[in-house]
Amino acid sequence: MDNKAIAEKIREVAARLLSQGQVDCVIGYRQGSVPMRERPFFAYTPEEAAQLTWTSFCCNNLANYLIRRQFGEAGKVAVVAQGCVSRSIVGLIKENQITREQVFVIGVPSPGMVDRRKVQATVGADKLITAVNEEGEELVVSGPGFEERIPRHTVLRDNCYTCQQRNPVIVDELIGEEGPPTHGGDIDAVAAPWEKLDPEARWAAFVDNYQACIRCYACRDACPLCYCHVCFVDETMPQWCGKTQDEADVLTYHLLRAFHCAGRCTDCGACESACPVGIKVRRLTSKIEKDIRAMYGYTPGMDLESTPPMSVYRPDDPQDFIK
Amino acid sequence: MFARRRFAVLKNLLEYVGIEPDRLHFSWISSAEAEKFQKTATEVCEKVAALGPAKHLIKNIRKVA
Repeated sequence: MDNKAIAEKIREVAARLLSQGQVDCVIGYRQGSVPMRERPFFAYTPEEAAQLTWTSFCCNNLANYLIRRQFGEAGKVAVVAQGCVSRSIVGLIKENQITREQVFVIGVPSPGMVDRRKVQATVGADKLITAVNEEGEELVVSGPGFEERIPRHTVLRDNCYTCQQRNPVIVDELIGEEGPPTHGGDIDAVAAPWEKLDPEARWAAFVDNYQACIRCYACRDACPLCYCHVCFVDETMPQWCGKTQDEADVLTYHLLRAFHCAGRCTDCGACESACPVGIKVRRLTSKIEKDIRAMYGYTPGMDLESTPPMSVYRPDDPQDFIK
Repeated sequence: MFARRRFAVLKNLLEYVGIEPDRLHFSWISSAEAEKFQKTATEVCEKVAALGPAKHLIKNIRKVA
């Protein structure tokens, strides 16, 4: 099934769920106002469902919109969920933010999403892209005076290359057919890229990576794990983290945010896609994700039963660092 | 025991970004282990002193204000 057929099917399912009154709302994607920026969309009526879409640029994690949601009559919302989003929903259920009964998962096996920055870099930074159409496995990128065909697999997001679970883990209605679970990339080979460097070079790479940060908190706001009523960076009494653009404050924010996602991050890449300045936010989270896998054998959000690694312990956990 | 898991992750993360491992120390000390407490505190001081003043994550108030 190609993306166009999937979009058609999503609209059909959404319209049916809404007209039958099974759900209050269908959370999905609609076309953005500029190319390659599909945005979250909330369809409340069967007519609105016609605006739903599915393309290679559905980069937001829609699980984010389940948090503190006001439920209507049906007491249930439907969410269009690819592998990572379904894992985030599982995480939210486990952390008691929602119940399984409140969510109807419209599962879509993910073909991997495309990084708009890679597309822009491929056609040239000076080119204005006005339209991107999908033809099977190719993107047809066009603008004033040019048209280029780019194979989708050359411009996927970094996290989609090393995806561990492309098929949704919980499903109420599946759209399309389940494909191979991984994209084939070896996550351990690319996660935590700074590990190979020596300590000073690691620090330099760390500082360099976050240099451009303007502290807009888009990464936090796009993240379905960041649901605290008051985030530690917004707290003023006490003020845990300075609010300036100073290197120390910026780096502290990123370190702590990454740490708060330990054992919970599903590597959905929403933070990286949301960043307006293109920071590789996953440089930190991928390290934690890898550690959790190595030390506690845990991959977040794969099932509803297992206990989150940070709320449990085993007597034989690694402790060489404790003297 | 829960803290042990969190500290394990935190320690790895700080080392990963290039913070000197010797600046970060963890120890189990019971309230009855006065000698171990004294020994550990001395050791931490020595290790950190040997590293010299911190180079990373220093906020430059003059620059920011």
